[in-house]
Amino acid sequence: MSEITPAARQTKQIEIDSHAINFGPQHPAAHGVLRLILEMDGEVVERADPHIGLLHRGTEKLMEYRTYLQNVPYFDRLDYVSPMCEEHTFVLAVEKLLGVEAPPRAQWIRTLFAEITRVLNHLLNVTTYALDVGAITPPLWGFEERELLMEFHEAVSGARLHANYFRPGGVNRDMPAGLADRIGEWTEVFPKFLDELESLLTGNRIWKQRTVDIGVMSPEDALAWGWSGPPLRASGIAWDLRRAQPYDKYAEVDFQVPVGRNGDCFDRYLVRLLEMRESVKIIRQCLQKMPAGPVKLHDNKITPPPRAEMKRSMEALIHHFKLFTEGFHVPAGATYTATESPKGEFGVYLVADGTNRPYRCKIRSTGFAFLQAMEHLAKRHMLADAVAIIGSIDIVFGEIDR
Amino acid sequence: MPAATPAAPPTPAETLAAMLGAVPGLADVRIEGGEVVVAAARDDIVALMTVLRDDPRFAFAQMMDLCGVDWPERAQRFDVVYNLLSIALNRRLRVIVTTDERTPVPSIHTVWPAATWWEREAWDLFGIVFSGQPDLRRILTDYGFEGHPLRKDFPLTGYVEVRYDEERKQVVYEPVRLTQDWRSFDFISPWEAVTTLPGDEKVHQTRAQVTRTAVEPLPPGKG
Repeated sequence: MSEITPAARQTKQIEIDSHAINFGPQHPAAHGVLRLILEMDGEVVERADPHIGLLHRGTEKLMEYRTYLQNVPYFDRLDYVSPMCEEHTFVLAVEKLLGVEAPPRAQWIRTLFAEITRVLNHLLNVTTYALDVGAITPPLWGFEERELLMEFHEAVSGARLHANYFRPGGVNRDMPAGLADRIGEWTEVFPKFLDELESLLTGNRIWKQRTVDIGVMSPEDALAWGWSGPPLRASGIAWDLRRAQPYDKYAEVDFQVPVGRNGDCFDRYLVRLLEMRESVKIIRQCLQKMPAGPVKLHDNKITPPPRAEMKRSMEALIHHFKLFTEGFHVPAGATYTATESPKGEFGVYLVADGTNRPYRCKIRSTGFAFLQAMEHLAKRHMLADAVAIIGSIDIVFGEIDR
Repeated sequence: MPAATPAAPPTPAETLAAMLGAVPGLADVRIEGGEVVVAAARDDIVALMTVLRDDPRFAFAQMMDLCGVDWPERAQRFDVVYNLLSIALNRRLRVIVTTDERTPVPSIHTVWPAATWWEREAWDLFGIVFSGQPDLRRILTDYGFEGHPLRKDFPLTGYVEVRYDEERKQVVYEPVRLTQDWRSFDFISPWEAVTTLPGDEKVHQTRAQVTRTAVEPLPPGKG
C-alpha cells in the first residue's frame, strides 16, 4: 500500500462498477424458480447467467426405479402447463419399443387432447407474458378460458392438471358421453375470445413498444442454439414436427404452420396466438373424424382389462394384478422419440434393457435450449427487456430442471 | 437437396446409413427401429460433428440433445449420446461415443453453442469430463453437491438430506436417515421367485411342454 499523495487524491476517479443483480429465484417474472444473475452496466444487461436446478427432483433417476406405467405421471409434472403433450412423447416412445400401435380412436383422442393442451399452454404463456410486461387484463381473461379446458381434462381423466391419461397402447378410458359436444361448442366460442385477446394486445402501443425488436434471434442462431417450436418458427424457419414427422393422427388433419419473420418477442407472441387458432381447427377435425371403437389395445399384457370383466374372469383379474405390480417388460433397445409439444421439440431418449423398468430415460426438455440462449438474447438489452424475453421463450421449470 | 433424394426402394434411414458408411471416424453404422445410430471415435468427434453439420449431404444443423448413459459393467462405462436433427432433409441421427470416468470427451460447444449446458449436465449427473469446455460447472444439482447422481452406483436416496434447523437458524445438511428402509421389489419374476419346491419338480416339465405347444390353440373351455 503506497501512500496517497494529495495530488493523486485530486485526480482520483470514481468508477461505477458494473454490478450483479440476482434476478430470482423468488421473482414473479422469473416464471418459477429461475435464479438469473445479471451483470449490469447501469440499466443495461452485460452478462446473464441463468442458474437452474432449483426445482431438480431427479425425475430421470426416479424413473429408473419405477415401472413404465408408474413413470407416466412423472411426465405430467415436468411441464405442468402442458401435461398431456409430455405424456404423449413418453407413451409414443414406449409404444415404439414395444412395437405396438394404439387403435385409431385412441390416436384421435390423443391428437385431440394434445391440441387442447396446446391451447392450454399458449393461453397461459401469452397472458402471463403480457402480465410480465405490465398488462393485467389478459391473464384475468385467459385464466377463465383455461378453466374451461381444464374441465375437459377433468372429464376424461379426473384431474385438472396431472392427467395421467395417455397410456402405452391408447388412453386410460373413453371420453364420457357428451364431452365431444361440449368441446365442439367450445370451439365455436373460443375464436371470439382470441379476437378479444388480440384486440387487447396485438395492436396495443405499449405492448408493441415492449416486444417489437426485443430479443431478436436470427434463424442461424436459433438453429445453433437447438431451438424448436414457436420460437424457432418466429425466427422464420417453417419447422413443425406435427407436419414434418407426424405422429398419431397429425398426418390426417389439415392445419397451417404459422411462421414469423423477425424472430423478436412480438413474433413469438404472434406465432403462439395463430397456433391457437390452428389448434381449434385441428380439434374440430378430430371431433369430426374420430371413429367409434376401442380406446386401448386389446392386449392385457400392456393395457388393463375392463373392470366388469375382472369381476367375472379369473384371468382378467390376474392380468390386472400383474400389470399394476410387475408391469410389462419392454424389449431391449433404444429410441429417441420427439413430439411437437406446445413449447417445441420435447424428446425422450429411452433405453430399455428388457425388464419392466427403463434402464435410462433422458428427457430432452424444450426450455433448456431456450434458456441457454438467454445471454445471447438479453445482452445489451435493458433490465425490463430481460423480463419480456423470459416471458417470450415460454419456460417452465418443472421441465427444465426435471 | 436433389443429391440426397433416395431411389424408390431404400428407406431414408438406409440411404443415410449408406452415406455415413463413407465418413471417416465412424465405427459402426446401424439402423435401430428405423433410427440411424452410429458409433464414433471419441477423439475425432469435433471434426466429425463439423462434417455432419456442414456437409450438404447431411446438413445436421441442429444438435437437439446430448446425454450420458451409464453401463457400469463395461470398461468404458459411459455412453455419450448426441441426437442430431437435420431440418433441411428431415432426418435424425444418433451418434454415440464411449468413455470412462477419467478420459475426457472433446467438447463440441464450438460446433453448436447449445452443447454447453448439456455437457454441463452430463458432467453433473454422470461425471463425464469434456475437454475444451470452459464452463464445466454443475448445473442441475445443488451448489456444493458431491457425487454424480445418475450413475448406477449412486443410491436413489442420495447421501445427504437438507432441512432447516430452527435452533441454528440455518439450512443444514445431514446424512440421509430413512425411517423405513428402501424397498426394492423383485418385479422381474414374482411368480417364479421360489424356484422349486420339494416334490414339485414336475412343474418345470409341464411348463416346458406348455411353452413348446404354446403356438397351438387351446381347446375350448380352457383358460
